[in-house]
Amino acid sequence: MKVSLFITCFNDTIFPETGRATVRLLERLGHEVDFPLEQTCCGQMHFNTGYQEEALVLARRFVKVFGGAEAVVAPSVSCVGLVRDSYLPLAEESGDAELVAAVRAVVPRVYELSEFLVKVLGVEDVGAYYPHRVTYHPTCHSLRAMRLGDAPLRLLRAVRGLELVELPEATECCGFGGTFAVKNADTSVAMLGDKVRSVLTTRAEVCSAVDNSCLMQIGGGLHRMRAGVRTVHLAEILASTEEEPAL
Amino acid sequence: MSAHGSMIPRVPFEEAARVAIEDTQLRRNLGKATTTIRAKRLAVVNELSDWEALRTAGAAIKDRMLARMDEYLLQLEESVVRAGGKVHWASDADEANRIIVELVRQRGATEVVKVKSITTDEIRLNEALSNAGINATESDLAEFIIQLAGEASSHILVPAIHKNRSEIRELFMRKLGVTNLSDQPAALAEVARTFLRERFLTADVAVSGANFGIAETGSVCVVESEGNGRMCLTLPKVLISVMGIEKMLPTWQDLEVFLQLLPRSSTGERMNPYTNLWTGVTPGDGPEEFHLVLLDNGRTNVLADEVGRQTLRCIRCSACLNVCPVYSRTGGHSYQSVYPGPIGAILTPQLVGVENAPSLPYASSLCGACYEVCPVKINIPEVLVHLRGKVVREKRSRLRGRYSPESLGLRALGWTFSDASRYERAQRTGRRAQKPLVNNGWIERVPGGALSGWTGARDLRPIAQQTFREWWKERK
Ligand code: SF4
Repeated sequence: MKVSLFITCFNDTIFPETGRATVRLLERLGHEVDFPLEQTCCGQMHFNTGYQEEALVLARRFVKVFGGAEAVVAPSVSCVGLVRDSYLPLAEESGDAELVAAVRAVVPRVYELSEFLVKVLGVEDVGAYYPHRVTYHPTCHSLRAMRLGDAPLRLLRAVRGLELVELPEATECCGFGGTFAVKNADTSVAMLGDKVRSVLTTRAEVCSAVDNSCLMQIGGGLHRMRAGVRTVHLAEILASTEEEPAL
Repeated sequence: MSAHGSMIPRVPFEEAARVAIEDTQLRRNLGKATTTIRAKRLAVVNELSDWEALRTAGAAIKDRMLARMDEYLLQLEESVVRAGGKVHWASDADEANRIIVELVRQRGATEVVKVKSITTDEIRLNEALSNAGINATESDLAEFIIQLAGEASSHILVPAIHKNRSEIRELFMRKLGVTNLSDQPAALAEVARTFLRERFLTADVAVSGANFGIAETGSVCVVESEGNGRMCLTLPKVLISVMGIEKMLPTWQDLEVFLQLLPRSSTGERMNPYTNLWTGVTPGDGPEEFHLVLLDNGRTNVLADEVGRQTLRCIRCSACLNVCPVYSRTGGHSYQSVYPGPIGAILTPQLVGVENAPSLPYASSLCGACYEVCPVKINIPEVLVHLRGKVVREKRSRLRGRYSPESLGLRALGWTFSDASRYERAQRTGRRAQKPLVNNGWIERVPGGALSGWTGARDLRPIAQQTFREWWKERK
């Protein structure tokens, strides 16, 4: 299948290793990966902070860039969540019938990476090797908005060498919440404190998720504490093999 | 102004929360209580195979009522009058209070007993009664506790959730003059019971809220756990019930759905220990006079908003509070409104106007736990974002808001993202600018601006040495 990669601005700028891993993984599975250079940001931060005017401009742009794609895959569940849940109401509110039609056409072909692997391609064992003790944090978007179910866990369970440890109180929010993390920094940190405590009780060396924004929150807290636990996006674990370990 | 005094935050949520979060006793009390209720709720919800269908039905019934609210309200009035009750219409809190004070005065009473009701807290009825020389006694144990303490409720269902047993024991000893009191629940309840019984038997007038009002029959329903409510609803000669207009249900049959949804969502019980239902007055049985005060107080404004109106489905079960990661850390008082938690974050700004509570729609990480449990499927995250949009539009209409750092920053970012080459330039500029801050692959302190809030307690990942798109171009 020809896959158009929507990397997301956040991964592009701050976590390029996640993007590189996604490319490597999909190519290893035999798919052709394309990266339209015109892409920028889905507008999630603007939309969720109340800047719908700006978000609409970015939604327009997304639809234009990815309009002709066979499948759009993004290693970020919250960005896909925005496209899937909010683009249509946003377009409808704008009153632009052409945009509504374009959104309707593209949205069903936009997938989060783990969902694309398990539900579209039907693979669980991607041939990965990752000899580490790992715990998995199911982000709020992956649980409640996008309902990924156990797709990421199935993928992790099939990774050779990986010791998966269950995260206590896994479904609790990590406290990131986009601009919430700075607007309500104290509450955000209080939530993070409990998440970090859960991660530490697993004695894992790696905490993984399908969204680098939550991982930046958890990883930022762990690093500040010099806790000796790192955060790694699921794509990087899945891309890793015996011949070519994690990037 | 006074009409909404019980709901207008004095300081931004984040400021109030910053203080509340420091209170370790509060954190422990809340953590313990919400965890217990959450588990109970989940257990009884999982018993029902048709829970999702019930939620859908609950939402549909409320939507049916909201779509033709005007007609149903008139039908309700007719039904109540037919059953021997009286209906009063109150457009705001002041009007509702005037009506109630007048009714109590007509009876020549100076004491009223109250059934737990947030709606009467919303209109600040106790204060209005007290200004008119009428003493109101809360009969719900938790309401009684916070009334004694002179505090405000911090939870819809468990108003004293922020207090633990030993704090209550200390309060009773100080305020009720009891000595030798243990902190066992039974002993504490006994003190309150002795005090309250006296009031039930002597008061002439009772005031209650309403969980449901049935348009078809004129029946009113109040559910409770202690039986104190039933005492108030049946012993005094005059009963005045204050009901927000959105509490209406079209038909008697509709109760079937809601009497399953409410107890399981609120207290985690299969049914409420006391389900009180009455229709007008019955000679020789219960109150001689029944008054239903129908309250608007901003609700019709909520109804006018297409996205916001789902808020009016709310049955005040408080499930959203108990699962909220923000509420369970900040407590109810941080919201500075009689409606705390996720429901408060969307209801308060809509009732008082977003300009009067602009921080509340932001008091959420949008984690969606509230939406998942809401028995009437209110999409709280959706309404929060919708209200954030209103806050931004409102701020932009004023010069100061238009040029605030946040507005300028997000507009600049929007402009940057709207062109790929502009965006790439910004990545490069950012990478150069961050240089002095990066240490060993991390940023540990940003001296000013929004990101300084981040680095207060968390390290930050910098812009990468090579962005993904730079790698991609190089690879091609
Ligand atoms: S919003 Fe939903 S969950 Fe929250 S109190 Fe209302 S009905 Fe209950």
